[in-house]
Amino acid sequence: MTSNPMMMVPNREVGIAGYGAYIPRYRLPATEVARIWKGGSGGTPIREKAVAGLDEDVITMSVEAARNALARAQIDPSLIRAVWVGSESHPYAVKPTSTIVAEAIGATPHTQAADWEFACKAGTEAVQAAIGMVGSGMAQYALAIGMDTAQGRPGDALEYTAGAGGAAYILAPAAEAMVILEGTYSYSTDTPDFWRRADEKYPEHGERFTGEPAYFKHINAAAHELMDSLKVQASDYQYAVFHQPNTKFPQRVAKELGFTNEQIEAGLLVPRIGNVYAGSALVGLTAILDLAHDGDRILLVSYGSGAGSDAMSLRVTPALEARRDSAPTTEQYIARRTEIDYATYARYRGKLNV
Amino acid sequence: MSQSTNKDQEIFIAGTGITPAGEHWERSLRELALQAISLARAEAGGMKPEAIYVANMLAPALSRQSQLGALLADFASLHGVEAATIEAAGASGGMALRQAYLALRSGEVSSVLVVGVEKVTERVSAELEAAITTSSDADYESIHGTTQTSLAAMLMRRYLYDHELPADALADFSLLAHANGANNPNAMFRKPIKRETYQRSPMVSDPLNMFDAAPMADGAAALLLVRGDNLPDLGDTPRVRISGSGASTSTIAIHDRPDPLRFAAAAEATQQALVGAGIPLKEIDFFELHDRYSIFAALSLEAAGLAAPGEGWRYAAGSASGEDGYLPLCTLGGSKARGEIGGATGVYQAAEATLQLQGRAGGAQVKDARNGMIQCLGGMAATAVSHILTRVDGR
Repeated sequence: MTSNPMMMVPNREVGIAGYGAYIPRYRLPATEVARIWKGGSGGTPIREKAVAGLDEDVITMSVEAARNALARAQIDPSLIRAVWVGSESHPYAVKPTSTIVAEAIGATPHTQAADWEFACKAGTEAVQAAIGMVGSGMAQYALAIGMDTAQGRPGDALEYTAGAGGAAYILAPAAEAMVILEGTYSYSTDTPDFWRRADEKYPEHGERFTGEPAYFKHINAAAHELMDSLKVQASDYQYAVFHQPNTKFPQRVAKELGFTNEQIEAGLLVPRIGNVYAGSALVGLTAILDLAHDGDRILLVSYGSGAGSDAMSLRVTPALEARRDSAPTTEQYIARRTEIDYATYARYRGKLNV
Repeated sequence: MSQSTNKDQEIFIAGTGITPAGEHWERSLRELALQAISLARAEAGGMKPEAIYVANMLAPALSRQSQLGALLADFASLHGVEAATIEAAGASGGMALRQAYLALRSGEVSSVLVVGVEKVTERVSAELEAAITTSSDADYESIHGTTQTSLAAMLMRRYLYDHELPADALADFSLLAHANGANNPNAMFRKPIKRETYQRSPMVSDPLNMFDAAPMADGAAALLLVRGDNLPDLGDTPRVRISGSGASTSTIAIHDRPDPLRFAAAAEATQQALVGAGIPLKEIDFFELHDRYSIFAALSLEAAGLAAPGEGWRYAAGSASGEDGYLPLCTLGGSKARGEIGGATGVYQAAEATLQLQGRAGGAQVKDARNGMIQCLGGMAATAVSHILTRVDGR
């Protein structure tokens, strides 16, 4: 694969045996946020965002996505040796999301279970860890999930985009995979661009500092390092998907890396579901897998504030087209749409403290 | 203000240093300043100044750093050199330059380094706005929730109303600045804009829109000033001297002014500088005014006597098309396109004017410029400082 010692190379080849998306049905148009907070004026960074319902949280949504991944992987859930959920919206501060998810899908009790946290890249780091678990031979299967019901302070710029959704992936030895991992790399620095203190309900951010020195620096660095070590370039990929906090950032970083709009179009879901934080790049990847073909190559680069990027190079196998129809497509979830107004959103998301 | 008679006592600019205006996430206040200082000193043959005047308004609030004099003398390895901050809000740069001029004229020192620096990207915009607002009258203006921008919007509203002008009357100042900034490699914005862009731009404080307000930027600029008897060999670079200097103040609160649309301090500072230089206004070849807001540009032109009251708004179009009787304005983009560097603005202006007079302004060059006038304003023009820089022919 690569001789670059900075790459993370498993002992045996690993891939994705099954994937599953989940996006809640409610949609809050960005114009609703503008109506309430900006007198209806000003631009909006996306069209609308997905909003979780009253009876939904990261646990229920993770279970939905995990069941979809299991349906496609067609494996016995009791063989899963790790259930890992990355999120910045874990319902409990202490008590794992992952044990509840593992129980619900039938993976307990012979399983590792843990919650992951790293802002918007908690999901991809769970995937990378699962690669290590399977790649080392410690597990035949490991389940990694990136899922969020993201928080945006009422009136803050983030409220337009902070959405809900995510995806689950079952990592397995390459022989069982619908997508094979060609290489992965992680790039992290101490960059305070966005944070939420313990016990705070909403995050804070450094405004424009979240752009150039944060998002762009880390995604560019991670993508370059991985692509250079694999000796590939943008034109070698059919698809690319990046963390998508708004529409402009992934479009710009794609261009900087030499990708065309056609390459990122399929995975660019943010205009229609918002920024689903730990699930952002991962749910974008599900939309790509819904239509990719045997032999297609896909680049995925996440970004988590604080800050870091995980990059993965993937290649589709014939198993993808054979097994992917066993669960709903991401487009079906996006099409399953109930528009709500700001007042309903405020109620569903607990914005009113009474 | 007395006219210079003896060349040894005249004040020359021996070196300039300009850092690009913008968002310098990777560089701190002191690093930005050091870059400008190093450039200016290098141009002056590595000269060590006898005094340092730092122009800055926001470091105590945004960087939790005061005593910039000692900080920068230390960081620039100019140990032992006397140094202090000169603060007059947005006029700090001009005021530091003026204090350097006065110190040199006194004969107590023969070289002074003036460095203007601001680091505004340390904090989020609400904190920046709060820091800038401290240059208003805290007890009688800010306490009511006004910001500098909302005060400027009130002036703009009054101007448009009094003179029965259309909503986009001041657009040409923004268009002119952006067109000029395109030729300045150190400008934050280097693209011309269209009138439609101005017209469509969102309101910041009605009727003042986003293109009426200059964007705050990080940056530093430096000047090494010397007396004529201490002028280093500058080779073929034309020498530039400060031929006139003036400063004045007005009421800090705009509601205390008999006519809020008259920038009295700006008028007075301009007259002082012209008298000092011993030249009439018509001998000025370009004017670097402080276009922090487009309404400031119009009112500065009227205060300088370049336009009658209520006519300043027409000036930008005449200037842009190079019509006879109209001076080039904000030749390197002004605050609108170069970026507004707070207390460093006056130092940027002086360094930019020096480039013009030395024929080093590249695509922005004003042909055969001999006398350049610069002016910076503190707050709502409560402080105004004007200088005239003059090219000296021959070596």
